Amino acid sequence: MVTIKELPREEYLLKGHAACAGCGPAVSLRLLFKALGNKVILVVPACCTTVIQGPYPYTSSAVPLQNILFESTGAAASGIVAALRQRKLEEITVVGWAGDGGTADIGIQALSGAAERGTNFIYVCYDNEAYGNTGMQRSGATPYGAWTTTTPTGKGERKKDMPLIMAAHRIPYVATACTSYPLDFITKLQKAKTIVGTKYIHLLAPCPTGWRYDTSKTIEVGRLAVQTGVWALYEIENGKFKLNSPSDRLIDKSKRKPLKEYFSLQGRFRGLSETNVEKIQKQIDDDMENYGKLASNCVPDQAIYGRA
Amino acid sequence: MIKEPKKRKDLPLTPLSCPTVGSMGKTGSWRTFRPEVDYSKCTKCTLCWIDCPDAAITRREDDSPEIDYDYCKGCGICANECPTKAIRMKREED
Amino acid sequence: MEQVIIDTANHIAGHAARAARVKVVAAYPITPQTTIVEKIADFVESGEMDAEYIRVESEHSAMVACIGAAATGVRTFTATSAHGLALMHETLHWASGSRLPIVMAVVNRAMGAPWSIWPDLADSLSQRDTGWIQFYCADSQEVFDTIIQAYKLCEDEKVFLPAMVCLEGFILSHTYSPAKIPDQEKIDAYLPPYRCGWALDVDHPYSHANLVSPEWYMEFRYMIQEAMNNAKQIIPQIDKEYGKLFGLQHGGLIEKYKCEDAELILLTMGTIGSEAKLTVDKMRREGQKVGSARIRVYRPFPAEEIVKLAENSQMLATIDRHISFGMEGFLASETKAALFNRADRPPLAGFIAGLGGRDVTAETIEKIAKKSLKYATDGKVENDPIWVDLKE
Repeated sequence: MVTIKELPREEYLLKGHAACAGCGPAVSLRLLFKALGNKVILVVPACCTTVIQGPYPYTSSAVPLQNILFESTGAAASGIVAALRQRKLEEITVVGWAGDGGTADIGIQALSGAAERGTNFIYVCYDNEAYGNTGMQRSGATPYGAWTTTTPTGKGERKKDMPLIMAAHRIPYVATACTSYPLDFITKLQKAKTIVGTKYIHLLAPCPTGWRYDTSKTIEVGRLAVQTGVWALYEIENGKFKLNSPSDRLIDKSKRKPLKEYFSLQGRFRGLSETNVEKIQKQIDDDMENYGKLASNCVPDQAIYGRA
Repeated sequence: MIKEPKKRKDLPLTPLSCPTVGSMGKTGSWRTFRPEVDYSKCTKCTLCWIDCPDAAITRREDDSPEIDYDYCKGCGICANECPTKAIRMKREED
Repeated sequence: MEQVIIDTANHIAGHAARAARVKVVAAYPITPQTTIVEKIADFVESGEMDAEYIRVESEHSAMVACIGAAATGVRTFTATSAHGLALMHETLHWASGSRLPIVMAVVNRAMGAPWSIWPDLADSLSQRDTGWIQFYCADSQEVFDTIIQAYKLCEDEKVFLPAMVCLEGFILSHTYSPAKIPDQEKIDAYLPPYRCGWALDVDHPYSHANLVSPEWYMEFRYMIQEAMNNAKQIIPQIDKEYGKLFGLQHGGLIEKYKCEDAELILLTMGTIGSEAKLTVDKMRREGQKVGSARIRVYRPFPAEEIVKLAENSQMLATIDRHISFGMEGFLASETKAALFNRADRPPLAGFIAGLGGRDVTAETIEKIAKKSLKYATDGKVENDPIWVDLKE
């Protein structure tokens, strides 16, 4: 396993870009390039990264980047992969790099189609839990109880479980990751690169602008998400479920940090009532218990449906 | 391809943008606070480098951080993450 | 080896995609296009076509997959109809703005609600503003030839625009007729390997299509208009060249039939243009100087050609297999627009016929012609479009 110092020094996300100060997705895109290098074609739908590039005639991406319609990351990637194969250029890695809205909502059809066809690409959903580009409206990936501009009293529905939806497609590799665990994310990307087929990584990428915390806390907030069990790091490789560190130790509830440490840092959770918090705690407890069972059972078909 | 078009004939067929440092100009001007490194406390762990959203930190030969103040937006992640508190955020003077 | 086959226009379109050595096809089934993509699937599976066939999950994804593939440097093809084309609407804009030479067969079919599977031109004409070149075919030979010609046109460095080759559902798509498939070697000589104006390239990285401010957006749009104007010049040249090589041509921008001395010219599109020739012949036998002009290319609109046609005639009649609700048929409007500034323009009567697949026979066209001639002698033309064979 590589260490941070061993990561390459080259930058392919160039400084002076348009991301907000403290942007989690921007850190994450740098990490993607550290993992995969620059023999990469990025497919980017309408999302924060569309804007982060900066305006014509400049771009902050030092790899070829195809901007595409909001719904269409999976479809564009399918076309690019097919053309590369026809041109015998299959050593180039195609990466779909999409926000949570363009993945869980408007983009889910094209992603599902691409996965069902076994399109050979890596899809990373960088999840800042709302429509960031347009000013933080709720998406299917917004968690229960969170303020957004279209859920001013808190979202009433739970977060759409994209990783398990993708696992149900029987693709060879599904993983969750978090900006605050860079080596974990990088290892997963490098593993994905060696696998043929559709690889899906769902990355929690904290957003100071949308989550309402001080810009310096991005990495800390992401870490707390994992440490409280709000976000679990796991992989499903050929149907086999595995929890990654530190989430494997956090099946034990007593080892998890209290939820209020995570919520108190973020303005978007200011309106949470005691009832909300209890409900969230129960959801986390249920999910973590389930992950524990999946990890220990390791029966592929059960793992794929996410319920032991 | 002409990187910065001045006339219509300079334009590419369809908008193709060139990789450019400072696509938004010198984003260091966005700052309210600037990070200052106390190199005597720095253990060269490179966490600040990997966590910077703007790639504004580069690694010197000895792995200590070099901050590019032309592009640092002053988010403070580096200061927050530094395990020895070697980085301090200081308010920019006018 | 040149061969003559007897097949449906859809299957013949499939042959054209194969003969053009398309490398990526991404398509979704929809009546009455479906047999095009089934034919292509056969060709790919049998190895007769060396291509990838992406069985996408919607038409929107079909066009985007073609955009991705074309942007990565290969020749692409797709096909659709009606609601599939409508679903592609935003992607059509993206394709033309990206200056990608994608060719698509559109099997014309009426739009719902309510459901109709029968032909009219509502689907493709509704997309006339998207920056796509539009051809309208009258028979299956023309479908084959136009698809090949379209690649040559779209990949011309003065053009680099996508094109749709339209053919009416069921009348052409599912009807068997003979077509000549030229020798593949000759087609290869005529159609060089794929050329594109740009491509995604790891050795020369760019971001394509990121934000363009008001400072430059207009100029990029102007360049598309320039390309359309170039296409107007190039299309007749291509058709002529194809005619010399293969003995097959279709009139360039407009297929004119007995227009030189015509007092009345019928302006039509698609198979109605083919049927109109029968009407012209019959009425000429009866002493009426009628001619028919089939608009083969709707975008770019052949305004100059229409002005030339009008110079010699006393009356024009347009037959639109489509209505723009609240106004009139597109062909009527655009023909009037082309002639507006000419002081000596002839009167024009606009007719609506054949919506939702209602049959337009030579007799129907004769009714239209006779009514138009009456307007000419009365010196009075209706402003509103005239709906033909409308039930009381």
